[in-house]
Amino acid sequence: MGGIVDIDKLSRNCGEWLRGAGPESDIVISSRIRLARNLADYPFMSRTTDQDRARIEKDVQDCLMNSEHAGRLLYLDLERLSVIDRQLLVERHLVSREHAEGSGPRAVAIDEGERFSLMVNEEDHVRMQVMHSGLNLREAWALVNRIDDLVESKLTYAFHPKLGYLTACPTNVGTGMRVSVMLHLPALVLTRQIEKLFRSLQKISLAVRGLYGEGSQAMGDFYQISNQITLGKSEEELMKQVEDTVPTIINYERQARDHLIREAHETLHDRVSRAYGILRTAQTISSEETMHLLSSVRMGVNLGLIEGLEIPTVNELFIQTQPAHLQKLSGSELDTADRNIERARYLRRHLNKEANGQARSN
Amino acid sequence: MKCQNCDKPATFHITELTGGKPQELHLCEDHVREYLTQPGSEPAAASGMAAVIAQHMVQQMAVGQTAEELAKLDQQTCPFCGISFHQFRNQGRLGCPQDYVAFAAQLEPLLLNIHGETEHVGKVPKRSPAGSEHRTQLIRLRREMNEAVAQEEYERASKLRDDIRRLEEAKD
Repeated sequence: MGGIVDIDKLSRNCGEWLRGAGPESDIVISSRIRLARNLADYPFMSRTTDQDRARIEKDVQDCLMNSEHAGRLLYLDLERLSVIDRQLLVERHLVSREHAEGSGPRAVAIDEGERFSLMVNEEDHVRMQVMHSGLNLREAWALVNRIDDLVESKLTYAFHPKLGYLTACPTNVGTGMRVSVMLHLPALVLTRQIEKLFRSLQKISLAVRGLYGEGSQAMGDFYQISNQITLGKSEEELMKQVEDTVPTIINYERQARDHLIREAHETLHDRVSRAYGILRTAQTISSEETMHLLSSVRMGVNLGLIEGLEIPTVNELFIQTQPAHLQKLSGSELDTADRNIERARYLRRHLNKEANGQARSN
Repeated sequence: MKCQNCDKPATFHITELTGGKPQELHLCEDHVREYLTQPGSEPAAASGMAAVIAQHMVQQMAVGQTAEELAKLDQQTCPFCGISFHQFRNQGRLGCPQDYVAFAAQLEPLLLNIHGETEHVGKVPKRSPAGSEHRTQLIRLRREMNEAVAQEEYERASKLRDDIRRLEEAKD
């Protein structure tokens, strides 16, 4: 049995969506499809007893871990994980914050490539998702659809012939599907066009969220575009709806970047260089500032204004400088002040090695 | 009769049933709008849904449904999990799959509001969807069994447990 053995090894991996490969990957970070499902013979989460939840969890675990995929899956009981480990999963986009901070019997199953994760007993009994690097909703759908079929072959879903898959919140009923694409849009932010983009997307029923989904801020100039409606349109139509807007948004971002290069080259170059400079030499630095500066640096690398630095490295820095990852790497719990020092040390180590053209060790 | 919050005449008379004792409210049109759009005390994640519902109910009132009719709809409960529509309105989350049947009248316009549609188009489970209804009976049976145990009606609880076992073992 190969693949991941535990969560410590997971934290040192480079997840699927960080690969920085895939079409249009300078602007499109990742694609994600999530399906919400509930078992027919239990109430929704708000009315389950702890006993119900334990049984739901066991039913889903048995289904997954007795399947042909079991060898490639890591199954984690969230109650047994430390706070840091749960936070780590949030940082890697494998569980939601709600799931990490929740209570009662709940779990997550993750595949070794971190492409697939399935939460048990979050807002619905089962929430499964597949992530893909770059713009690739079709492959994500193929995999999540297959796993949905697998679970459904063993467990009975709550389904209504007229209303579709039944979910705890009516905003998810029908397909139970959330399609989203994560984009990096620093130039649209700099040229103050991002609000205009949000408004035009809202008009066609698309939602815009920050890096960690519902209610999160747009840190690092990352934005998730996703469908708002789930009922009355097929899964194909929902994917197409999101897919169709992506080339237009990419175009706006590229145009904004071109504009900055043409009209404000020195200012842009200076901004990007200063960001790189601070990241390479700071002695203490917060998470927020790091995200902000890395965003400039990422754009700088894309535009050829920074040399000797690769996008996958930058992507990895976004993740490894997050609070739980830092603590995992250093092997100890750290308070905010110590984390800020550790973060700066990590950045200096990785950015200066890169600049000197040395091979990075894993 | 005057509105309890101002000097305008009270045109809406609502009987609130949360918190045990029935509470009589007498409100004018403005204050009843305000009252219905008050957010619930549930976590932020649910308040998005609760706000949608509240706004929807204000719209319904504008179309002519009286507050009394709405209050009656509010009191409706699901025979399987026991949740009332009022509780759903406050927490933004439903109690069980059967709620979509029990609250069909209230939910249809709400779904139209959210999705612009009311019928599912797309993937369907490979096994018989009717099997789902059959399994959902278990929600009601388990709740009744728990209640029977709580009321020390052990004979009834025992019979319910047998019904549950039979259903669980039955093939879809």
